[in-house]
Parts: sequence; structure tokens; C-alpha cells
Amino acid sequence: MRNWRWVFTMLLYVGVVLKIGALELGRAQQTERISGSAGDVLEDDPVGRLKVFVYELPSKYNKKILQKDPRCLTHMFAAEIYMHRFLLSSPVRTLNPEEADWFYTPVYTTCDLTPNGLPLPFKSPRMMRSAIQLISSNWPYWNRTEGADHFFIVPHDFGACFHYLEEKAIERGILHLLQRATLVQTFGQRNHVCLKDGSITVPPYAPPQKMQSHLIPPNTPRSIFVYFRGLFYDVGNDPEGGYYARGARAAVWENFKDNPLFDISTEHPTTYYEDMQRAIFCLCPLGWAPWSPRLVEAVIFGCIPVIIADDIVLPFADAIPWEDIGVFVAEKDVSNLDTILTSINPEVILRKQRLLANPSMKQAMLFPQPAQPGDAFHQILNGLARKLPHDRSVYLKRGEKVLNWTRGPVGDQKPW
Amino acid sequence: MKPSLLQQSRRSNSFRGSNPLDSSPDGGGATKSPAAIFWLVLHGLCCLVSLVLGFRFSRLIFFLLFSTSTNSNSGLYQTSPFRTVADIAENLAFSTSLPSLDSSPANRTTGTSGVSSSGVVVGRHGILIRPWPHPNPEEVMKAHGIIERVQREQRAQYGVKSPRTVIVVTPTYVRTFQTLHLTGVMHSLMNVPYDLVWIVVEAGGVTNETASLITKSGLRTIHIGFVERMPISWEDRHRMEARMRLRALRVVSEKKLDGAVMFADDSNMHSMELFDEIQKMKWIGAVSVGILAHSGHSAEDLAAVRNEGDESNSPVPIQGPACNSSDHLVGWHTFNSLPYVGRSANYVGDMATVLPRKLEWAGFVLNSRLVWKEAEDKPDWVKDLDMVARDEANVESPLSLLKDSSVVEPLGSCGRKVLLWWLRVEARADSKFPSGFLEEELKSRIKISKDKVRNKDMNKKAGAEPVEVKL
Repeated sequence: MRNWRWVFTMLLYVGVVLKIGALELGRAQQTERISGSAGDVLEDDPVGRLKVFVYELPSKYNKKILQKDPRCLTHMFAAEIYMHRFLLSSPVRTLNPEEADWFYTPVYTTCDLTPNGLPLPFKSPRMMRSAIQLISSNWPYWNRTEGADHFFIVPHDFGACFHYLEEKAIERGILHLLQRATLVQTFGQRNHVCLKDGSITVPPYAPPQKMQSHLIPPNTPRSIFVYFRGLFYDVGNDPEGGYYARGARAAVWENFKDNPLFDISTEHPTTYYEDMQRAIFCLCPLGWAPWSPRLVEAVIFGCIPVIIADDIVLPFADAIPWEDIGVFVAEKDVSNLDTILTSINPEVILRKQRLLANPSMKQAMLFPQPAQPGDAFHQILNGLARKLPHDRSVYLKRGEKVLNWTRGPVGDQKPW
Repeated sequence: MKPSLLQQSRRSNSFRGSNPLDSSPDGGGATKSPAAIFWLVLHGLCCLVSLVLGFRFSRLIFFLLFSTSTNSNSGLYQTSPFRTVADIAENLAFSTSLPSLDSSPANRTTGTSGVSSSGVVVGRHGILIRPWPHPNPEEVMKAHGIIERVQREQRAQYGVKSPRTVIVVTPTYVRTFQTLHLTGVMHSLMNVPYDLVWIVVEAGGVTNETASLITKSGLRTIHIGFVERMPISWEDRHRMEARMRLRALRVVSEKKLDGAVMFADDSNMHSMELFDEIQKMKWIGAVSVGILAHSGHSAEDLAAVRNEGDESNSPVPIQGPACNSSDHLVGWHTFNSLPYVGRSANYVGDMATVLPRKLEWAGFVLNSRLVWKEAEDKPDWVKDLDMVARDEANVESPLSLLKDSSVVEPLGSCGRKVLLWWLRVEARADSKFPSGFLEEELKSRIKISKDKVRNKDMNKKAGAEPVEVKL
């Protein structure tokens, strides 16, 4: 008899708890959980899953370069610097290289800036080569695997191809010495020389405080249908058009310049961030390179990104299901952009907005200082952790050599 | 935006690397062989020819010379259903920059990394423009449908959870500008996303013109006729409007309409944010009203007033609640009519500036339960409507309904946002109705009044009293 009573009270208790839980679920319907091809991994904690050893390079590879030009901390390639700082004080860092799963080389290759603030990649291959020579001669870990358990951050336009012109970058290809290493880069395009298999694509650096300070109340109605601010024709370098952005941006302008639904222009308004929060779709077309900080801005401000870049690989593509979140338009379909966008079912649009409203999505695109759980630093570590354990074959047998140290353009062989 | 902008200047000298005279900074100096000199001369010649002709002549030559190799790359896009930007030269210069440049990266991709060539090729692409690059009206309507749906969702998530009905009180009468003003208010009200009841009180009784106008709105309306006609002088008119509003409040009380009462005069302009702010009001709220007293008048009036009046900080006078730094109501900003003494309009249709009262009714919002005879949680600082209505002539603003005016809630971030604009513009006394506007009705009325005038003249020798043509 008493057993039955206990069972009954337990059932009642469970029922009450579930009821309360159900109520909470109902209220939080505004966002949706995000799970990509690797599963629901955005909120994974990398601590305990991997160990990273940070090489101590002489300061001419990192600190001195930064001292020469502090602008490197605010431009869109600043991820390499902030990642170094994050790793130095992160719990995944280990001071014992024998137990490390991954090795990080802090070399700032994108910090040689012109007076205008653009990074020049001409010395970067030599700098990288010199750094690798240093670590291979001072520590045995590079030669053990020829770099297969090392990772490098190369946030430049075309990653480790170290050039800003696409043809030149393709000609050079990825630096030969980095052939076995894992590259963390912003560039991503399928079937492209400069994207290695197994690379981790990250978003470009966008200043988190600046964006947070421009937030407007969420009840401001979204009244702009499509929003874009930027160049359509790069008059300085490609006056005829057709080269820049493979003609896609020019096509957007020519087809939609008189369309009232498209708020597009080349102006630089001070209310750029606020306007994005009042728009439903934000165009993210390719420029000279397929990636751009616009994607990060669109995600932070809840504007559905319309990605016009064929074969692009978006940041953290295995953790974030970009097809569900953004709208992909092929470059040849740009002239029908209005038909494509207006024929999307409103329920689908609302779902995309709910996915964008998920705070873990927004966190994953940012590099905040100090680091917060779920941010881009942690996503990089998660990506590295997912590649573990290393295959047995990465450890080379005695005397086995894969890399040819003299391969590459003659100019790269010069010491840095 | 940013990457391309940033990369603009540094590419300026390196972009020339696409033509045979390669002077890239990481290469060494090119040796001046006869071939290089030949290319230099040829390039210069082409430049001169291009200058004369107006398009890139060298591309035409390359296209004609290497036309066989271009066909393989023209699979990039179709030219037939599209036209490219500018002229024929552009058409000819489409798919290749230089054939060597296109083939070498393609060879590179297949050769070095063994990656299958993607559909994306580096090089010059055409700019695709569809045959009719203009907006399609159906798609525009669909887009507006999407925008409406998104905003509805936003309101459901972030807006007011249980919105109250908005009860709008508008006093009006038939005159030249009535359609103009009333249509403006009507369109604003039609855009309000909440339930609405529009109480239109018309001086001179219910007329068909007004009735037909307000039924066009599709809103729920209550059309009340007020027997007296609207007087000519502005003083009297303001007082009569107050009485008309009290009449409307009596209807609210009788019908027990529930919601937020706001006063929308027919010539005012309302921002849509006003209706969202109204929902935040609990019992009685006040918003800031911008006074457009200067519109449509001569520059001399303006200058004279500016000189005489103090150098006030805001170029447009604002009426509304005044708050201290902790956002509590401490007083009122009222309209300062001293600069206008002797210069303001007295009669409707006068050329001078029309002045508002100290505090306009339009700046106040009431909870309709305040005017009900009996409501459960009706606060005790509100006077009974009937008692106030007995002293109708002296009711200047809704503050007369309160025993204590400190309970008013300041809205619109404590009066800092101006949510509506007060304006009184009426046609001049001798103006005509727009032609074709209610002609028959008017003609009959004019005929009747002309008959009256003739009769009056016949009866009284000197027509001392001004004849008002009541249209």
C-alpha cells in the first residue's frame, strides 16, 4: 500500500516539474537551437578536450611588429594577434610540449601595413619560413610530424597563398612548408588552391564593442527590405567593371538601382549599423576576395545575409548550418535577385531570423576581449578538438621526409 | 565594402600586372629586350588609338587575334538574352583578359594540386543585366507582404503584450480644407496596428460629406453631430472644440468604451510612434507637441517675432511635460504667446499666425475608465465628468479633469521625443473650393445663401452685419 503512495507522489512531483519546464520552453520560442553537420557543437567547451603548446618565438616575430604598428589591433586581420593573447592565458595551454595535441606558432604575418592600413603580403612567406626554420631547429616537434600537428593563423585575403591578387595567389599556391599543417584562415572557397582540406574557416575580426554600442531597441520595426553599402565598381583598379567581384556587384547595381525595395548605395553613413538593424536582408557579395566582415555584421544585427559568392566556404561551416540561416544566390542569378528574395516563404524568413537571434550564433562570430564562452576563439579550439586524435600516419618514421625546403619562388628563400 | 576599399590604393600599380608589361614589385626588373620594346611601342600605339576611338582598342585586337581560344571560356555566361553595360566594345571585350592568363591558372589548378576545376574562373566576367531591369509591381507587393509579416512578428515579440484599443476623438466641421486635413488623420489612423475607434464630432450637425469621407477609412467610427455651427473667431473656436471633445467623452462614458483616449485634431500630424507610446500610459499621460505656428506666413512676421522673442533654444516651440533629471514630472513647457501679441490671427482665414492654447488637448492621453461613471479601480484624483462638463466654457485642457495634475505620466522618454505636430491652417475667407469638388451641393448652397442676401438687402437698406457665406 505504502509503495503505491510513494509511486503516486513521485509521479505527481515529476508531473509538476515537467509542467514548469514546459512553461519555460514555451516562453523561449524566440530562438532556435543551432546544429550544423557536426551536431550541436556551438556551445561545446574545449577545455579538457585538447592541449595546445605555444612556441616562444623571439619578439621580432610578434611583439616588435605590433609595436611598430598598433593599427594591427583594429583591422579585420586582427584575429591572429587576439588568438595569440587568448592562448597565452587559456586553460587549454600547456607548458609541457610532450603532452600537447596541437602546437601554435605566434607569427604575425599580416601586420606589415602600408600608410593606408593595408597589409602587404610580400614579406609574409619569408617570415613564415623563417619562423618554421626556427621551431624546427630548436624543438623536435616539427620534424616529428613535419607540421601535421601544428596550426597557424593566416587571416589574409587568400590565406597562406600570401597575395591579394587572385591570379598571383593561385600561381603561388599555399606555402609549401605549410602543406601538412592545419590552417586557420578567413578565406574559403571550394576547389580553390588556397583552401586546404581540413582548414578551419573563421570570420574576419570585427570590433565587438563598437558593434554593441550601436544596438537599437529590438522593437524598432524592420522596414528596409534589402540593404547594402559598399562599392559596386572599383574605379581605381577595375574601371570597366567585370573584374571586380566577377561582375556580381556591378550587376546588383545595374539591375536594382531604381528599385525602391533595395536600399543600396556607395555612401558611408554614420548610421550604418543602425540601418542594418532595420533591414530584413543584407547583401554580402564577394569583392576582390569572397569573404567580408559584412557577414559578421549581418549576423550580429539580425539581418539575414544574402551571400553572393560562388562556392564560398563560410566560417565554422561544420558547426553552423549556413544554408538554414542565410540565403545563397549564385552569381549568375544576381539579375533575378528580387524575384528570388520575394518568393521566399515568410515562415522561412521568420525561422532564419529566429536562428540569427540565437545568442550562441552571435557569440560564435565575435572575438571579444576578454574571451567569453562560445566565442570564435572557442569555436577554433572546438574545431581543432574535433580533428583529434591525430592519425598514426602523421608521425613520420625515422629519416622519412616529406617537405622539400627549397620548393617555391626564389624570392621566398631569402632569409627574413 | 571594406576589403575592396582598403585594397583600392595598393592595387593601383600592381593591377597592371595583368598585361604583358609586368612590373610587379616582387619580381626583378624586366630586361629591355627588343621584344619588350616592341610590346611597349605596340601598347603605346593602342593607347593612342583608344584615346581617339573611345574604347579599349587593344582588347578588340586580342579578341580578333585569339578568337578561337575565347570560345572555350565563353561558357561562363550567356550573352544572347542579356546585354552588357555600355557599348559594343565592351561586348567584344567580354570573357577574357588575356588568354594566357586564363589558361595558366586553370592549368595550375589542375596541375599542382590535382583539384578539379570549379565553375568559378578568375578573369573578366560580363555584367549580367536582365532585359527589363526595373521593379515588378507584383514582387513589390509580395515584398511588402513579407515586411508586414516580419513587423507583426516583431510586435508580437517585443511590442506591447496586450494592446489596448485606441479611442480617437476628432472635432471637425465642413470647410475648404476639411478633406485635406481629415484625410491626413485618416491615413495615419489606418496605419495604426492596434484596434481603433474613431469618434468624429462635427459642428453644424452630421453631414454627408464628412460621413462619406470617414467611411472610406474602413475603421470603426462614431459620428456625432454637434448642433451649433463653428464660430469664426479663433478664441470661440478653441472653446467650442473643447466642448465638442467633452461631448465625445460623454459618449465614451455612456457606451463604456474601453481603451486609451487620444485627441487627434484634424489638422495635426501624428507620428506612428505616438500610438506605441500611448500603450504605455496607465491612467493619464502627456506627450510633447511641436507647435508649427509659423507655417505659411510671410518672412516679415517671422523676423519680427524672432527679434522680439527671446533667443529660445529650440527653433520650434514645444509644448509638453517638463522633467527633472530623475525623469519625474516637475512642470510643463507651455506656449509662450508674448512675442505674438497683437500679431496673431483672430478670425479663421486671417493671414496672421494662429496660436495654440497654453496646453493643447492633443498632447494628452487618458485611460477611458477615468471618464466612466463607475469603474473598479478608478483613482480618486479624477473629477466626475458630469461635474466638469457643467462648467464647460472654462475647460481648457484635460488637466481640468484632475484634482491634482502631478499624477500625469510623461511619455516619449519624458517628453524628449516630439510625437505629434500641431498646426492650424485654414483657407482664406475669400478662397474657393477646388473645382469639381462637391459642385452640385455647393452650387445649391450658394444659390440659397445668395437668395438670403438678396432678401436681406431688400429688407434692410444698409447691410451692416458682415454676410457670411456659409458653405
